[in-house]
Order: sequence, then C-alpha cells, then structure tokens
Amino acid sequence: MTLTAPPQTPIGSATPAPLPPRKQRRAGGASLSTRTLISAVDLRRHRRLYFLVLGLTLTVFTLVFLYPLFWMITSAVKSPVEFAQSTPTFIPESWHPETYATAWTNMRIAKYFTNTVFYAVGGWLISLLFDIGVAYALSKLKPVFGKIILGAVLASLMLPASALLVPAYKTVVNLPLLHVNLLNTPWALWLPAVANAFNIYVLKRFIDQIPDDLLDAASIDGAGKLRQLWSIILPLSRPVLGVVSIFIIVAMWKDFLWPLLVLPNPEAQTLSVALSRLSNTSQVPPTEFMAGLAIASLPMIVVFLIFQRSIIGGLSAGSMKG
Amino acid sequence: MAVITAGRARDSRAARLRRKIQDNLLAYAFMAAGLACFAFFSWYPLVRGVILSFQQDNLVIPPYWVGLENYRVLFADSLFYTAWKNTLFFTGLALVFGFILPFFIAVLLNEFRHFSGYFRVLVYLPVMLPPIVSVLLWKYFYDPGNGLFNTLLRGVGLPESQWTQSSNTAMISLVLVSTWANLGGATLMYLAALQGVPGELYEAAELDGASIWQRLRHVTFPQLRFIMLVLLLLQIIATMQVFIEPFQLTGTSNPDTITVMVLIFRYAFTVNQDFGLAAAMSVLLFVVLGAFSALYLWLTRTGD
Repeated sequence: MTLTAPPQTPIGSATPAPLPPRKQRRAGGASLSTRTLISAVDLRRHRRLYFLVLGLTLTVFTLVFLYPLFWMITSAVKSPVEFAQSTPTFIPESWHPETYATAWTNMRIAKYFTNTVFYAVGGWLISLLFDIGVAYALSKLKPVFGKIILGAVLASLMLPASALLVPAYKTVVNLPLLHVNLLNTPWALWLPAVANAFNIYVLKRFIDQIPDDLLDAASIDGAGKLRQLWSIILPLSRPVLGVVSIFIIVAMWKDFLWPLLVLPNPEAQTLSVALSRLSNTSQVPPTEFMAGLAIASLPMIVVFLIFQRSIIGGLSAGSMKG
Repeated sequence: MAVITAGRARDSRAARLRRKIQDNLLAYAFMAAGLACFAFFSWYPLVRGVILSFQQDNLVIPPYWVGLENYRVLFADSLFYTAWKNTLFFTGLALVFGFILPFFIAVLLNEFRHFSGYFRVLVYLPVMLPPIVSVLLWKYFYDPGNGLFNTLLRGVGLPESQWTQSSNTAMISLVLVSTWANLGGATLMYLAALQGVPGELYEAAELDGASIWQRLRHVTFPQLRFIMLVLLLLQIIATMQVFIEPFQLTGTSNPDTITVMVLIFRYAFTVNQDFGLAAAMSVLLFVVLGAFSALYLWLTRTGD
C-alpha cells in the first residue's frame, strides 16, 4: 500500500517503450533529426546563446538536484564541529568516513536496513507470485465471472490508499474470519502490497498479447496449465516482469505512512520509519544522521542508475498516446 | 444405433461440463491468493470504512452505532475546515510549481542537443529517494540558524526567513520540498510527449512567421493538451493526500499546515483515538478523490 505514490504511468501502457534514440551529438549535425521548437538553423546561428543557456541550465540543475545529495553524503564525513559551522564547507575539510560505520552500528541502521530489504524482497516475491496467478487466470483461463472480477480489481484503482488507511489498519489488527493480529509482522506489509490493481493490469495486458496457439501446442504435447505458465508465459513475459518488479521494490522501499502505522515496534521498523523516529530524538549526532539518510538512499540510487532505461522508459511510455 | 449415439453425445456433454468445472476450479485456484488479498485489503476495507464512519470505535470497547454523530462532530470541529483549507492551498501551490514548472523545464530540455541523458537522470534522481529522506534533508536546509538556505540568503544579502517555523512561509516551504522531490516524474512524461510532436508542425508555423512564443502557444501546447490533463488529475490526486511533509516538518498539531491526511492520522492514532471520526473524514476524502480518479481512469481508457 503506497500512500505517497509518485504519478504512476497512466494505465494502458503495458510495456515500456524503448527510449528514443539519442539525439545528434553536434548541434544541428544532421538536420533531419527530430525538429523541435527551435530549428537547427536557428540553433547554429545563435551558437553562443545556445551554449550559454545550456551551460546555465547545467549549472542550475546540477546545483538544485545533485548538490543536496552531495551535501548529504559529504556532511556525514565531516567532523561534528565542521558540520555545525555557520558557513558550510563545500569540500569536507575533516575526513571521517568511519561515521558511516558508527551510524551502521550505533543507530542500528544495520537492523533497519536488513528489515527493509527483507520486507521489500518478500513483498516483491509474494506480489509477483500472487499477481501473476490472477493475471494469468484472467487472461488465458477465462473463468466464469472473470470479467466481473477484473472489473472489481480495476475499480480499486479508484480507491486512494489513504482513504482506506483506517479500515485497512483495523483489518490488520484483527484479520476478518481468521482473527489474527498482523501488527509488527511482515505480512502487514506484504499482503496489502499484493492488492495492487495496477500491477495486475500491466501483467494481464502483456499476457493477453501472447498467442493462444503457443499454449494450445504445448497442451497437445501434454503440458498442464501450470507447466504452460512456467515454461511459456513466464519466459515470454520477462520484460514486463522486470518493470513490475522495479515498481514493487521501489514502492516498498519508499513507503512511509503504512509501515509507520503497522510496525509500532522499533525492532520491526523499516529504515524510513526508524529515521523519522530517530530525527525526533536528539540523541543522534547530526553527522551520523546524515550517514543514515545516505545509507537509506543508496539502494534506490543504485537501482535507478542500473535500471534507468526501464524506469524512464516505463514512465515515458504512458505519455506517448493521446 | 440411434440410442448409442445419443448416449455418447450425452456422455461427451457431461465430460465437457466436467472439464469446464475442472478448468474453472483450476483458474480460481490460481487466483485465490491474490483475490483474498484484494478482498481483505481493498474491497472489505472500503465497506468497513463506510460502516465505521457511522460507528463509535476506539479499539477498547466493541464498536456501536451512532448514526450521523461522527459527521456532526466533524463539521463542528474548526480543525476540519482548517485542514481542508490547508490541503486545497497546498494542492493549488503544488499545481503552480509541480504542474506548470515541469512543462517549461521539459520544453527547455527538449531543445538541448547535449547532455539529454544526464538531464533526465538528474531531474528524476530525487523521485527515487525515499520521501522521508528528502524531507529530513530539507529540514536541515530550512534550519533558521545555520541552514543552507539562510546561509545562502545571508551570503547574497537578502533577508533571512523562518521557513517552516513561521506561519507565513510554512506552507510554501512544504510545497518546495514536495516539488523538488516529485517534479521529475511529470518532467519526464512531458519530455516523452514532446518527442511525439511532429516536427512539420513547427516547420509550417515557422514558415508562416510564427515567433517562438507563438509556436509554443499554438503548436506545443495543443499537442500536449491530453497529457497535461492527465498529469493535472494525477497531481491533484497525489497532492491532496499529502502527509509526510507536514508530519515531519511542522508536526501534526500545527494549525498552519494541518492537512486532511494529517487530521485523519490525528483523529485515529494520536490525540483522539477515535476511529469512527477518522473514518468519516476518510469517506469525505474518498468522495473528493474518487471523483478525480474516476475522471482520470475514464480519460486514459478512452484515450487509447
């Protein structure tokens, strides 16, 4: 249950489109490349102005979007005295990388980090397993009432997660029919994560495109439904599985309000919730705290740099139509 | 003979029916776990939420019916109006920054023939950070004493600001963090849409003597109308649920920045422990957001 979801791709974008080919490197090199607001001729004529604006934009954007991260990572290695100076130093003058190690043990970042990884990986596996089951059955097995079920699943897209916060919390405290309390257990994060209509929709749209003939052929060769799913559907769906996996893991890592509610026990908390709690106590030195923030961001930055094509492509695909 | 074929036909019909039942059972077996999660965490809470809004419930004694009492209490609470006013203010300000700014950023970036990959990564980087990290980081920047922003203002000789700690600037401070952390998504979606604008249109407009501004106004803008509408709705839906920024930067009891979500949180989990009251507030939020969501879904579906 992501309560702070960034604008998701509008539904209807089953697969990420590959990024548009890189623009020509030289300004107006081959004028047949994409024509934009300003023509290549004009750009060449006003070369100086173009490079001035480019340089200015580069500087401003780097300062606005990258400098805060740089500040966060370098503040952690400064000495507490240097950190508290009224004029901040750009390059750290003191060098204490051991702050990261101290934060890892003293703030018990290690514990929260492991918790978060455990929740994210578990939630990813369970969501993928259960959502593929639903998508495959709705797409290829076409059970009776399949249309109604799909409608009910998609209708939940209209439910903003925050409107369900209170009743969903009550469900977790006392699960209907089974009467178990899921508070402080990983299931309180994993099971609501499965109920994600967007993922099911994306998966189903993709499986819909796989020709039935392939499955029929496998069926004649004696493959059961499970075997067809495992040996034909899943290998063919690898690209969409990748995109959905990234969505799930990133959402689990970034989620805040829901874990805040269902994991009151500090031992069970995620990194985000623990950082919020620690920020309200004054026991943690600020440099160690900065190290904590940096450690919490690192996995997401790494995921982004590795999968940026899929992530940016997935976002872009949604806006292509219309 | 005739008897035998009829018997065989009946046999195969029965076999077909049995097969069909088997297939259906198998299909539902595949879906069982996923649908159970939907039932427990999506469909049931929706019904439960509405029911709860007509009940008195504080987790201690079993809930009982109180009719419209929760709604009456809600409408009598002055914080209720403050929260809605603040939320609308936040949404409005966030639209100015988070909806219009990305459009112009995308138009600008689309003109560059260099570093286009770098710019894309750059604007999207903050979106990848856990929101709590962005907010806590900016808390240091906003510090009225030695925070980065006041140091900067001091450096260029401008008056310093109290940022989140003054009721005049608290809300705008929250919007600034939120915009910094989220504008990458909208920018990239605009950029992708800009790639789809046919170059001939600009060519033709230029031949007709249209200036850059006129081309922007009469070519770019109409071509992007659909994606702008979609992003507008998404932005409204997302920003009306704002929680982390006020929760972490200004606290849950600050009347300057209390939002609908913060008030729901307050009713249910901090001050009142009153789940019925929180549920009533959630139902109202749901009605408002549900209307926007329905419009969004309808638009994106017919847009195919």
